[in-house]
Amino acid sequence: MEYRIEISTLPKWHDARGGAVIKQVSDYFEITLSDVKTRDVYTISADINDEEAANIAEELTNSVLQKGVVGETKLDDYNWLVAVGFMPGVTDNVGRSAHEAVGDILGRKLLDDEFVFSSVEYMITAENLSRKDIEHIAKDLLANELIESIAIFAKDEVDTTDLPLNFPAMPDAESGIVNTYNLEVSDEELVEISRKGTLALTLDEMKVIQNYFRKAKNREKYGLTANPTDVELEVLAQTWSEHCKHKIFDAEIDYEDENGNKEHIVSCYKSFIKKSTHEIGEEVDWLVSVFHDNAGIVKFNDKFDIAYKVETHNSPSALDPYGGAMTGIVGVNRDPLGTGRGCELLINVWGYCLGSPFTPGKDVPEGLLHPRRLRDGIHKGIIDGGNQSGIPYGIGWEYFEERYLGKPLVYCGTVGLIPTKIGGTPGHEKSIEPGDLVVMSGGRIGKDGIHGATFSSEELHSDSPVQAVQIGDPITQKKMGDFIREARDADLYRFITDNGAGGLSSSIGEMAEHSGGCRMDLAKAPVKYAGLQPWEILVSEAQERMSFAVPPENIEEFRRLAEQRDVEITVLGEFTDDGKFHMQYNEKTVACIDIEFMHSGLPRMQLTAKWMPPVNVEPELPSDDKLEEDFLTMLGRLNVCSDEYKARQYDHEVKGLSVIKPFVGKERDVLSDATVTMAEQLSKEGIILSAGILPRYSDIDTYHMMASVIDLAIRKIIAVGGKPEGIAGLDNFCWPDPVKSEKTPDGEYKLAQLVRANKALYDYTKAFQTPCVSGKDSMKNDSIMGGKKISIPPTVLFSAIAKMDDVSKSISLDAKFAGDDVYIIGTTKKELGGSEFFAMLGYIGNDVPKVDAKLAKATYRAVNVITESELAHSLHTPAIGGLATGFAKVAMGGRLGLDIDLSAVPAESGLTIHELLFSESNSRFIMTASQENAAKIAEILKDIPFAKVGSVTEKQELNLNGANIAIPISNLVEKYKSTLAGV
Amino acid sequence: MATTVKTLIITGYGLNCEKETAKAFEICGSETSQIHLNDLLDKQYALEDFHILVFIGGFSFGDHLGAGTVFANRIKYRFQKDLEKFVADGKLIIGICNGFQTLSRLGLVPALNGEYFVQTAALAHNDSTLFRDDWVNLKAEPASPCIFTKSIDKLKLPIRHGEGKFVADETVMKEIEEKNLVALRYCTENGDSDCSFPDNPNGSINNIAGICDETGRIFGLMPHPEAFLSPFNAPDWQAKKMSGKLPKEGEGVIFFKNAVEYIKNNF
Repeated sequence: MEYRIEISTLPKWHDARGGAVIKQVSDYFEITLSDVKTRDVYTISADINDEEAANIAEELTNSVLQKGVVGETKLDDYNWLVAVGFMPGVTDNVGRSAHEAVGDILGRKLLDDEFVFSSVEYMITAENLSRKDIEHIAKDLLANELIESIAIFAKDEVDTTDLPLNFPAMPDAESGIVNTYNLEVSDEELVEISRKGTLALTLDEMKVIQNYFRKAKNREKYGLTANPTDVELEVLAQTWSEHCKHKIFDAEIDYEDENGNKEHIVSCYKSFIKKSTHEIGEEVDWLVSVFHDNAGIVKFNDKFDIAYKVETHNSPSALDPYGGAMTGIVGVNRDPLGTGRGCELLINVWGYCLGSPFTPGKDVPEGLLHPRRLRDGIHKGIIDGGNQSGIPYGIGWEYFEERYLGKPLVYCGTVGLIPTKIGGTPGHEKSIEPGDLVVMSGGRIGKDGIHGATFSSEELHSDSPVQAVQIGDPITQKKMGDFIREARDADLYRFITDNGAGGLSSSIGEMAEHSGGCRMDLAKAPVKYAGLQPWEILVSEAQERMSFAVPPENIEEFRRLAEQRDVEITVLGEFTDDGKFHMQYNEKTVACIDIEFMHSGLPRMQLTAKWMPPVNVEPELPSDDKLEEDFLTMLGRLNVCSDEYKARQYDHEVKGLSVIKPFVGKERDVLSDATVTMAEQLSKEGIILSAGILPRYSDIDTYHMMASVIDLAIRKIIAVGGKPEGIAGLDNFCWPDPVKSEKTPDGEYKLAQLVRANKALYDYTKAFQTPCVSGKDSMKNDSIMGGKKISIPPTVLFSAIAKMDDVSKSISLDAKFAGDDVYIIGTTKKELGGSEFFAMLGYIGNDVPKVDAKLAKATYRAVNVITESELAHSLHTPAIGGLATGFAKVAMGGRLGLDIDLSAVPAESGLTIHELLFSESNSRFIMTASQENAAKIAEILKDIPFAKVGSVTEKQELNLNGANIAIPISNLVEKYKSTLAGV
Repeated sequence: MATTVKTLIITGYGLNCEKETAKAFEICGSETSQIHLNDLLDKQYALEDFHILVFIGGFSFGDHLGAGTVFANRIKYRFQKDLEKFVADGKLIIGICNGFQTLSRLGLVPALNGEYFVQTAALAHNDSTLFRDDWVNLKAEPASPCIFTKSIDKLKLPIRHGEGKFVADETVMKEIEEKNLVALRYCTENGDSDCSFPDNPNGSINNIAGICDETGRIFGLMPHPEAFLSPFNAPDWQAKKMSGKLPKEGEGVIFFKNAVEYIKNNF
């Protein structure tokens, strides 16, 4: 029997969800709605009677707040009803929880063919809106049509008929279909096969595959013909996708600089990133596992090592910001979960590059989501994903630039702890023996997330596949994570990895390399509904799944524990050593490829790169009398101002480990340089996290952009009390397509930008002894929409992680005591190229900030002596917005005044006041300290450029002598907080 | 011989504060067991072997269908008898955040006139409609019978929730106040409990942050004392340390100390 159960807020309480819709409709569309009432609707299709249905309605209702009824209530006083449900086959998390609750109430588990579907109905009161207006609100706010269904009714339609039941069951369909491809066709047809199948394989790659199948032996022994099956082509497409294989970073590049000097580079990854890390690894003893696992591992103490991984989830978030971002964070959680033999998840990080949320609607190309909606959805996805997983966030940031309109960058990362020893062997080591069972755990497989890996290896275009969108369920994953920790500690499996891009095809494909082969029956995989073909099962990126190698003698115990924890596990086959990636469906072979060919058969790309430094126009600097206005405007700019309204929606206190918080100061409202988190409850040792990102510098020279982000991330670690030794880095490259083609005529320049960034990465990670332990690249961040191509600026996020030996010595940026001295450490130069100030004037300029690594290292060592000796009361490192922003943050943080003599600031000669205050020169600090420590501090800093430039005052005023301005702290705070207040 | 105080922390299904909650009881001298709900329902462990039961924070079942709903439902249908006995035995129950939401759904607080398992109060969506993580000032009510808040005057704790607005019908609210069942209220920095957002982070009626049952042995609260065990958790610890005023432990410890002491003295 089918029942509709309706739960609504009692009229005497505020309908919070309805209120939120009114606000968003007003914010997004400037449309005023008089009222919005909402209700949750559950469609139950199960073997139950009326009495049981009534009881279910009663139990699901919070009687103090809500009213629940079976059937449909007709309301008065509204104009439109919008019903939003899920499309068939889309994960319905609320429906799934309701399914469990109904089972508890009935005292029996619901069967697989008994369903509970959730939907939401909005009753909108707005006198003057047409159906078209309501459609606009429904499509552009209430629902995402890629995954949700919308039904709109006028009140009189609802009054005269029953609302249709929300019943998005998948229609029955045939499963197990395998097609073969004839590759003995023309080049054009080969390209067409790739394009049609979203395989993202080039002609050259298709020809390599064609050649492989021409020569493949013994296929008939497996019941296969010479033609590859769709399963085989899909496996190769996933394995060889830019997303999984990093073809551009592995390419052979002929690079030529502006003077005609030529260089042949075989793989940027190997020649620069890996090379630096390996060379540093010869000299330091704290690199435990780098580059070959899902996350890099560094030594922490005798009990634990730390793993850290940062990912991007740009393409999925562009299509469905909420779902895309959520699968980003729960997806990157699975990286440490699948690193070594499985980490405990400790801290999340997030950061987004976006177009301005205030972009006029007319400036957004047709087919792209408005950046405000993108931003709201992305935040909400990571907020829900992180909070529900019980993982605090360490650092979060946003960077705004108009070129991210085409593609938002969504960075998310996770720090994990892994025991140094599990069951007597090192926790980071894992292995697979032939005969071990292939086991999958977690959510069931559906059509969601098919072609995620290959679609993100292309630019965003109008027919990007909608099924690439996935929905995450943090609770399913949390249950699985809890189960994994128990199974790990009982030493029940030998190997674990996550199922991410490319699904089982990638995870089992990579695992099979360890044993030398695998055989797996795809018909055994648990599916959400009928109608999935073998290739779809293999490449689906359905969420919350991990893959294991379990020794046969442990499988019963592994299964028992999983059942007890409500986690589904399935044995899909076994690992072998026959060299084959062997897939069956009901024991019939559907794919058989040599592992060697899968992983090493792809020829290197051959590319050329040509560097020519751009020459940009220099702006005319404003007159000194505009300084106060410019100062305040800067503080309110999107890249400087506070995004606390959003940030406070993320949990940063769960686990009780936070020491230096994301927002610091007397009123807890100034963004910290970095954060410090205890490694365990009440531990003395902590973990410092920081990040550097400066995409505008790329418009001048990516070499100095890269040098600057490395320096920025490192000096932020120093700024909270960290030491310069033992910092590990993570590089996340997001680039526009750097391969020259018809679509990308400037590919050689963009590739030269990539080479230069890599050169700087090598030079500066080496100089600082800050090796990259993990990284990721995303190389196709362009959009072609509404007839307009938008490419992001070349962007590198450099994330740093370090150990804090004693968290009680960590330090925040806010001034603490009136009477303290204010110091500037480091030299300010005329370096405003790519600065926020030049951007404010509408220019790029040419004098990009550079890094003097030798001096920077000496500075960081000296500053660390000061923090270790607890001589400083506050410490801050200025970056975007220069000293102007820096002074403001120190003063606002402490709600104390600063009296500064600008002529005392150590600087190159000849700088104007504007240049002095807004230059973004690297490697500088603003410090406050007690006067009585002045002599000690001077001794420690004797070889470093520094000066005492003023003092902290009771007077609530930032007084800049030399600029003749004195700004009340309250004005600074007002400017800093108003831009994104409530946004 | 002194009683060994035993604390049971229920885990699983999206709950997530087990580690810090266990630490809180352990530093106060209690043994703790973190037990998955399924193992408890399957009778692998007996509730009667414990003195203190903790419903911890987290997102049981993702807060789908309203915070605490699905979890409380499962307990009600499969564990009510054991809980009734536990309450009748005079033992202690604390529900923190999601645990408080579960206690209210189960009707274990305020349970006016000893009527347990009848829901009369609820935790609704915050007025802002948003999840919020911040530190708040709290004032304990000296007249409350609550065991957990004994000797507390004012303190700071972190809050982190989207559904923390305490509501009840007027008559229920009147009785809660008359019987002094409000144990904790949000207040301003100066201790004034006449406050508004952000001091009262969710719009709770009468600025209620935590209530108990009439025995004072069952206590639910939205703030997280288990997340303030270390003095270095405080948002303002540096200025305190630099002026030599840093306390030895976090302000959240006292709740757990009170509970463990009570069991030691009564069992």
